Amino acid sequence: MSAAAARDEAERERRALERTWAVPGGFLGWFKVSDHRTIGKRYIVTAFVFFILAGIQAALMRLQLAIPENTVLGPDRYNQLFTVHGMTMMFLFAVPVMEAMGIYLVPLMIGTRNIAFPRLNSYSYYVYLFGGIMLYAALFTNTGPDTGWFSYVPLAGPDFSPGKRVDMFAQLITFTEVAALAVAVELVVTIFKLRAPGMSLNRMPLFVWAMLATAFMVIFAMPAVVSSSTFLLLDRLVGTHFYNPAEGGDALLWQHLFWFFGHPEVYIIFVPALGIVSSIIVTFTQRPAFGYTALVLALIATGFVSFSLWVHHMFATGLPLLGLSFFTAASMIIAIPSGVQIFCWIAALWRGRPRFQTPLLFVVGFIVIFVLGGLSGVTLASVPLDLQVHDTYYVVAHFHYVLIGGAVFPLIGGIYYWFPKMTGRLLNEPLGRWNFWTLFVGFNITFFPMHIVGLQGMPRRVYTYPANMGWTTSNLISTFGALFLVAGGVMLIANVIRSARSGALAGDNPWGADTLEWSTSSPPPVYNFLELPVVEGRHALWERSADPPVVTGVRSDKREVLVTDVMDAEPVHLSDMPIPTIWPFISAVVTAGFFVTSIFTPWALVYWAVPIFVALTGWFWPKQGEEGDTLEDKQAIPAESAA
Amino acid sequence: MIIRSLTLLVLAVVAIGCSGLQAPLNPAGPSARSIAWLTWTFFTICGVVYAVTLSALIWAVMRRRRDEDDSPRTSRRLGTVVGAATAVTVMTLVVLTISSIVAGRGLTTPSGAGAVVIDAIGHQWWWEFNYQDVAPSDWVNSPNELHLPAGVPVVIRALSRDVIHSFWVPNLQGKRDLIPGILTYLWLQADQPGEYRGQCAEFCGPQHAHMAFRVVVQPVGEFQEWLRQQRQSAASPASAEAQHGQDVFMQSTCRTCHTIRGTEAGSRVGPELTHVGSRRSIAAEALPNDRTSLTTWIRNAQLVKPGSRMPPNPLSETDLKAVVAYIQGLR
Amino acid sequence: MIRALIVLLCVTLAASACDREKRPFAQPANTTVEKPDPYRDNAYGISEGKRLFTQYNCSGCHANGGGGIGPALMDDEWRYGYEAADVFATIAGGRPNGMPAFRDKVTEDQMWQLAAYVLSMSGQARLDVLPGRSDHLRSRTAENLTPATDRRQTGHK
Repeated sequence: MSAAAARDEAERERRALERTWAVPGGFLGWFKVSDHRTIGKRYIVTAFVFFILAGIQAALMRLQLAIPENTVLGPDRYNQLFTVHGMTMMFLFAVPVMEAMGIYLVPLMIGTRNIAFPRLNSYSYYVYLFGGIMLYAALFTNTGPDTGWFSYVPLAGPDFSPGKRVDMFAQLITFTEVAALAVAVELVVTIFKLRAPGMSLNRMPLFVWAMLATAFMVIFAMPAVVSSSTFLLLDRLVGTHFYNPAEGGDALLWQHLFWFFGHPEVYIIFVPALGIVSSIIVTFTQRPAFGYTALVLALIATGFVSFSLWVHHMFATGLPLLGLSFFTAASMIIAIPSGVQIFCWIAALWRGRPRFQTPLLFVVGFIVIFVLGGLSGVTLASVPLDLQVHDTYYVVAHFHYVLIGGAVFPLIGGIYYWFPKMTGRLLNEPLGRWNFWTLFVGFNITFFPMHIVGLQGMPRRVYTYPANMGWTTSNLISTFGALFLVAGGVMLIANVIRSARSGALAGDNPWGADTLEWSTSSPPPVYNFLELPVVEGRHALWERSADPPVVTGVRSDKREVLVTDVMDAEPVHLSDMPIPTIWPFISAVVTAGFFVTSIFTPWALVYWAVPIFVALTGWFWPKQGEEGDTLEDKQAIPAESAA
Repeated sequence: MIIRSLTLLVLAVVAIGCSGLQAPLNPAGPSARSIAWLTWTFFTICGVVYAVTLSALIWAVMRRRRDEDDSPRTSRRLGTVVGAATAVTVMTLVVLTISSIVAGRGLTTPSGAGAVVIDAIGHQWWWEFNYQDVAPSDWVNSPNELHLPAGVPVVIRALSRDVIHSFWVPNLQGKRDLIPGILTYLWLQADQPGEYRGQCAEFCGPQHAHMAFRVVVQPVGEFQEWLRQQRQSAASPASAEAQHGQDVFMQSTCRTCHTIRGTEAGSRVGPELTHVGSRRSIAAEALPNDRTSLTTWIRNAQLVKPGSRMPPNPLSETDLKAVVAYIQGLR
Repeated sequence: MIRALIVLLCVTLAASACDREKRPFAQPANTTVEKPDPYRDNAYGISEGKRLFTQYNCSGCHANGGGGIGPALMDDEWRYGYEAADVFATIAGGRPNGMPAFRDKVTEDQMWQLAAYVLSMSGQARLDVLPGRSDHLRSRTAENLTPATDRRQTGHK
């Protein structure tokens, strides 16, 4: 074929792909979208909106705690704020934003055109969004939950929490956990079955490994909290006695169920960040990952061991000491895989040629802050030590060090790293450095004194404190540091908004990175890759031959993807992806209606049964012609891929 | 420079940590001392680990790059270093785990016989301390103020009347949650006479922040004397104003919630007031026990602890003054 | 049009939630109550009434609504009227044949809370403000599962 004919062929192919994978436009089209990039970006933007709201709540709390016996906030308002701050950060920001990075990046990193179950992806976003709206509508109508993000019974039970505040808490869990579970299922299937040929498991990017481990953790952890919150709703609404000791229930049942989820939850937030860190270190040292196998095993080990830690939140409840000791040992053991990763990353920085641009700055900041948080975690693993600092500001310091240092810093580094890919423009680099230093300094000024004030006896979850306890200075310093954090947040938003419009154009691969998403344009076209890649090594773009092989035979006139096998990504068959429809949105509306109504009456099940049936039927109605499922369409691919 | 700042930091922590009447690092009893020792051990070891890790990171970031960095030999060496660091980590964690478990054993075994048994009952948002005795009529009820004999082991029976609270006197012992439907025991012992502060350490509602209590450690003889005094019925009003105060107390809202032993007032909704005049503070350490505070508290407790169970009381100013005079006389 | 609907929805939400979720902590004593039955739609007030009902030993005569020495409070028979103000008058001034007068023993605010709770014992309150099951041995159906019955006034005010 002559060069001109080949060019025409490629152009025809490109136009066909653009037509087939087009993102629906117009008002109704906005609700039908099911491509992973748009949904991923919506998730990220929504999560950051919640992050800002939770940050404002934190700023208000710090204002109240700046001086003793302050009157900025009364106890009722303060309790709602600290509860909703925790709920927003944990349920509406941290988990969704990490899953969103996975939704956007994983299909690109593994060389496919969309995430598995794209309509489920769309549904999950709307369910998440409606849950968040419900919570904030509640907060702004004085119905914000006020018993803490952990909401212990009997305080959160029907006798001691009148009204609907706690029901909003319990139902928010249902919303966000349905969304999280849906995304987890999509990620597992995508990672296992849609990888480009040649990307065997031991050639997967570390970020993809991290998202795989996270997705499995979500699948195993979420059911516990959905059970616990459902039991709570049942106790409050229909008079069951799950948590009523007088009738055979147990107040500790809540704690076990909640923390069985709650501890893996923080690792669900943390493990994707580890994937981001590995990605940034590989790119910014321009070297293959140091200790790839150890890093992968560490991710998996962290995922497993995180399920054996939960009772360390319950050391003060009077459980037998022998049993508690097992959890001490497990809480110590989990430091080992984390340690291995830190050592591998420091080794990678040692030997590579690091370019200290903003993403790498955030990674270095992560190491400094997270290791301190991890060590304070080791101190909390000890039962006697924990019995003194449990429920004090020492714990508040610890988890902000591990969550902000361990998850938010890598996340922001990841934003600076992948923003060019998502938008085609680079974020401003000098502003990025200011951003980093403001956040780094501000974070330590805010949270380090909390270790001290906790060791001086200041308990948590208090809306004020007496003047003569010696806690005033530390609190004032923490509040002062919070100003820096607010400034840092503003800088990030300003950088994003300005650069989206007028930042420097990025090109395909501004950082010289190794993973597949950098081989396509910035932002990627609607079909992700003009030619589906075949992977030849662990660092796909660095180990590519001069004329790299590509996949052929996947149709461009309908939404078709290549399914490969789990271990070695050998092609197995072709599969059809559904076209965008409105039914996921309708189903989400109906789901939200059901969840919200069930806060007020058990008849919700009856009222919403028919709409749910209609929505699901509409969704699953088989569509002939657009997605054929006949045997001829599922062709097996011959053993070698065409060059 | 780094070593100097780190040293300053450590000294600062030590200095600040060593003060305080509600501070774990200011131990006044064997359990707290054991935990404090464990805490310093952990902090030292973790501090060293942090310093080493940070140093490695700084070196990795700052070092001058060489060509042989990319050789397989360097990779192998780095691998050995990582392996060694991991091994050291594992050994350190084993040491920390064992020392933690050993220290934990010491917390549950009392260090002597003849323990005093005290019920610590959590209410929203005050403490009821019940001293048991062989004869029920000799039981002593001391709200918000816990008297302990020095040098004698004490068993706290942790109970709750409503939601989960947590009994915590950091100078003496780790905390124990008071969980409705569950009875647990906590041992503590104070070495020397002194006064400390305890606070509820489990979020229990709007006034969790104001649910503290005073711990008064006395020599054994003084402690027995205190018990004997507490067993007595309330003192009679000493002045005409106090007498009027008692009449107001019995005829108005006060009696609906509070017991004063030796009078008709026998309700157990709120704290017992038989010897309230002798306590160091009122309202669970929210206010000192003086005339102004009592007046404010009785007139409208909601201004001090909004959400607490004590309602504003419809008393005239003269009646209020009389009641305060009566209350202050209840030593 | 859609925007107007959304605004209407928000306002309704806000209006209904505001009353239900208010925590009127710092009510000064001795104020004449401007609005009779201030806790009708307030979940916190009814919950406080429930707590006071047990703590002030109303259950000593009235059990948990089934009555005993005193008449049942969860049935449809209301001797002295079924408005909150009537119940308030009963608690404050007492009634013949054994109901003591609590006027000076219990604050007015607490009497309104008790009155609101008494009405809720027969399900006579909005579904979203009714209390749920209590954390004790089950001695009655939870108030929010009690269907509101018709009420008969059978006596003199």
